[in-house]
Amino acid sequence: MNGWPVLSLVTWAPFLSALVIMAFGRSRPRLVRWTALAGASVSMAVALWLYATYDTVAAGFQFYERVSLVPSLGIAYELAIDGMSLVMVLLTAIIILAGVFASWTVKTRDQEFYALLLLLVTGVFGVFVSLDLFIFFLFYEIAVLPMYLLIGIWGSSGEVRPQGLFGWAFGRTGVGTKEYAAMKLTLYLLFGSAFILIGMLALYVAAGSTSFSLLALEAVDFDPGLQSWVFLAFYIGFGILAAIFPFHTWSPDGHASAPTAVSMLHAGVLMKLGAYGVIRLGMGLLPEATTQWVWLVGGIACINIVYGALSAMAQKDLKYVVAYSSVSHMGVVMLGAATLTESGLNGSVFQMFAHGIMTGLFFALVGLVYEKSHSREIFKMGGFATMMPGIAVAFTIGGLSSLGLPATAGFVAEFLTFIGAWSSAHSWWLFPAVVGAFLTSLYVLRAVRAIFWGPKSSDPRFQNLPDAQGTEWVAIVILVGVIVLFGVLPGLALGPIDTSTVPLLVRLGVM
Amino acid sequence: MDQALVPFALITLLTPAAVFVVLALVGPLRRSGRPAALLSIAGAVTAFGSAVLLWSRLDAPVQRVWAWLPEAQGALASVGILADEQSSIMLQLVTLVSLLVQVYSLGYLSDEPAAALGRYYAYQSLFAFSMLGLVLAPNLVQLFICWELVGLCSYLLIGFWYKKPSAARAAMKAFWTTKAGDVGLLIGIVLLWRQTGTFDFGEMRAMVEGGMVGVQGLSVITFCIYLGAAGKSAQFPLHIWLPDAMEGPTPVSALIHAATMVTAGVYLLTRMAFLFALTPDILHLVAWVGAGTALMAAILACAQNDIKRVLAYSTVSQLGYMMAAIGAGFASAGFLHLLTHGVFKALLFLGAGAVIHAVGTNDITRMGGLGRRMPQTMIIFLVGTLSLAGVPLFAGFLSKEEVLGAVWASGLTGPFVMLLLGAFLTAFYMFRVVFLTFFGTSVENAAGSAHEHGEHRGAHDPPIAMSGPLWILALAAMAIGIYFTIHHPEVEFVAPGWLAFTATGVATAGIVLAWATYQRELINAESLARATGPLRRAAAHGFWIDEAFLGIYRGVLMVLATTVGWIDRYLVDGVLNVVSAWTVAGGDGLRKIQTGHVQDYVLAVAVGVTVVLLWLQGAL
Repeated sequence: MNGWPVLSLVTWAPFLSALVIMAFGRSRPRLVRWTALAGASVSMAVALWLYATYDTVAAGFQFYERVSLVPSLGIAYELAIDGMSLVMVLLTAIIILAGVFASWTVKTRDQEFYALLLLLVTGVFGVFVSLDLFIFFLFYEIAVLPMYLLIGIWGSSGEVRPQGLFGWAFGRTGVGTKEYAAMKLTLYLLFGSAFILIGMLALYVAAGSTSFSLLALEAVDFDPGLQSWVFLAFYIGFGILAAIFPFHTWSPDGHASAPTAVSMLHAGVLMKLGAYGVIRLGMGLLPEATTQWVWLVGGIACINIVYGALSAMAQKDLKYVVAYSSVSHMGVVMLGAATLTESGLNGSVFQMFAHGIMTGLFFALVGLVYEKSHSREIFKMGGFATMMPGIAVAFTIGGLSSLGLPATAGFVAEFLTFIGAWSSAHSWWLFPAVVGAFLTSLYVLRAVRAIFWGPKSSDPRFQNLPDAQGTEWVAIVILVGVIVLFGVLPGLALGPIDTSTVPLLVRLGVM
Repeated sequence: MDQALVPFALITLLTPAAVFVVLALVGPLRRSGRPAALLSIAGAVTAFGSAVLLWSRLDAPVQRVWAWLPEAQGALASVGILADEQSSIMLQLVTLVSLLVQVYSLGYLSDEPAAALGRYYAYQSLFAFSMLGLVLAPNLVQLFICWELVGLCSYLLIGFWYKKPSAARAAMKAFWTTKAGDVGLLIGIVLLWRQTGTFDFGEMRAMVEGGMVGVQGLSVITFCIYLGAAGKSAQFPLHIWLPDAMEGPTPVSALIHAATMVTAGVYLLTRMAFLFALTPDILHLVAWVGAGTALMAAILACAQNDIKRVLAYSTVSQLGYMMAAIGAGFASAGFLHLLTHGVFKALLFLGAGAVIHAVGTNDITRMGGLGRRMPQTMIIFLVGTLSLAGVPLFAGFLSKEEVLGAVWASGLTGPFVMLLLGAFLTAFYMFRVVFLTFFGTSVENAAGSAHEHGEHRGAHDPPIAMSGPLWILALAAMAIGIYFTIHHPEVEFVAPGWLAFTATGVATAGIVLAWATYQRELINAESLARATGPLRRAAAHGFWIDEAFLGIYRGVLMVLATTVGWIDRYLVDGVLNVVSAWTVAGGDGLRKIQTGHVQDYVLAVAVGVTVVLLWLQGAL
């Protein structure tokens, strides 16, 4: 397959199936699902092929493709992946495959739902494989926008009581409704995009307005003053998507309102785009600014970890617990990156992968529990393990990965991050990180106990709930398997990751 | 190094792992119950046999590692096996008790549904693998991995009857408490790695012996590691989870919460003794906390009526003895007590299980006279009790004397007195159990209670699946006792000659007091309790340590969480909503300009044109 545009194939296969679905899928639910599955499977197969053939000895960017689009401006369709993007592509492929299965039971407007989902994932793949900043941004927007419709149409509303100092504003904005969540998420992320666009254009102009290519820009030595503010622009712009404090509040509302597969993709993959952007563009292009600003990135990451975990403890709605745990875990991702050490950066990328799979699993399971019991109120449930043992086991495994139990992927990521934190210039970062892991064990096990253990709830809604069935199993089995596999054999992901983090650290002058 | 022994270690370690994987993946086999149990037992037999072969052939330490976390400059961490004197003998204990407990469970849990039984044996195999991995760990990373995994198994097995709210709560409490200690352990491991650049025990020891490890800041590291050990090995004040852990099935208590997992902390400190030797201040702390735990738990054990809780507090107390010896700087004495205690405490728990199985209650005040109905069980239980009490010729005598000698030899008079007092109480509370359970009037014969305790009438010795393991353990406990009486192990310290007599005397005094109180009733039990005054009230409440932790959880952590949750929703998100509410309001306001009346637009144009013209004229 050498010379084949394999990266284009990964990226556009979902898009093609979206087109087919839109063209022929009207009131043909089976066609819609099988087409979506075909698209996701092609991406999965090619992602696995990429993983198998990526040359970790040669390292660097591979599977290079380039088509010039606007030569006068230096815009080109330029794709390639290194170890880090390889792992992200693999993650995306796994999540969309599981997501297609998790959405199998969607009833309303399934044609549009699947089409938008596949369009979204095309954007995500595109971001991870792009080398050209212009294309990168284009894909980035493709990944963000379908979310608005997906949440606004297929989402579910919750209830938030307006109170406190700013209570008056809540009624006005409609907090809790799915329309509010969709609007908030979209506006917030577009607000971030503006920063990213400004930063990209500034670098493009400063480099002589000849090329948007990442490889070309990497070679340029930007002025420290320019680097400094562009880094901040990237950090805020991408950071919003990575849910950095205090720009994270779109994420709990968005995840809680979104339908299952959308939450899976959003928390599982889309949030990683933010962290990926900070590492790839912020740290990759702006070495001096990186060393200048890591104290801020790491400090805020520590807030994320502890603040997110405490917020998760306070929640009574299962989806909010999982959503806030994402806020906390994305803190680990950002913290690992900010350590500027090999272990830390490896841990950061590994956490992107681990958290992506784990949170995808969580949202799939929460979706199932909600679908069967029509409730997300943790403390009204009880004794579900007897009725849905399979879901209980999978939820427990996801929870254990979340609290960083060894033999799950979560442990590897956290352990590497801890090592990195203590080796970094700000060694105190270790303590909030470890405390965050402990707090996670509190809210995760509390949820497990409240939902699955104990005597059966007497609530009539919760009688004779079925366990997962048929296609629902597929998503669960895939995700649980990946969590355990990469927890037991972390080298599978660390091998390729390490080949891309080391050159980055060398460029940053810290290795 | 003799690499030919590596396969033995690997078979020991990986057989239970393979059994677990099969049981986890093959649903029908797991749900079939007994076949799953037999597979698990077959795995345990293999592990035990292989461990014995390894031990008998081992003459020099064997180590083999494989890279686990690859990095550019070689592996950051690896996994593998380290078979040396310490780990190979510990393997015997773990595999033997694990095997016996699995056989015993076949009888004890015979009433469980098949699916639950299969789940139980899957957990048992996972536990065996994790514990063996911990014992064989050549470095701190693998030790920590297995450390957490045994904690997971403990959590799952305490919560085996997960429908029972008390079991669900106890499982969670156990996990949280040990996890709190593990926060310390993990920090300690990371800090130590930074200081030495390695996780490997051998390399670390070489560095310490070569004087290449700076003492600066080392106390913090050893303290952190000790925190982890204190959580796992139930040292004050992190012991609170262990008595509650008795919610699990009794064989689990015997295996995990008496013989193996809870001793992991002691094992860790024994492994790291070379490092702790550099920080005498932390060693002192270990000794004092250990002795304090030993005494406190012995007092609490006297106040319990639940036979399993007596044994649980007794375990806490004995772990305190082991820790005290380590703190005294003689880890080998603590390790020896770990081994003998593993045998006789497993025996006691399984014996207690036989009693519970027969009478259907845990309450010793509702038992009595069972000796006549369950003679075998009584003999077995007596062997365990005499061992625990530290009576000569039984397993616990010599190891307890060694602990006392070690503490005395290092000049820790305070802890020594506490431990001696603890030894007296140990003999007392254990014989209290023996007299109340096996001797005296059968409760069913006592007037008025025949109806209530009718279930005793059918009480009899357990089936062979249960009595077999019991006899093996009883014989082992006696063999160890006799062996040590003949071959006194060499010790690194000089114990005073009077120590053996004092220890025996103290134990005898405790037995006599229990006999006088509960057998002869020369002393009224009630007035004896009253004589202890406020101590009794405090002991009944477990010294309010549970309440203190609950207070921290509810009063600090949950309040903090609720506050943060509120701030996030109503302040952080509130500000955002204010901005958007303003935007909406601003839009509403501006919309009023769009009236739709042509004359308004004409007027606006006219005003605009006038303003522009005036500005161009320079009039503005």
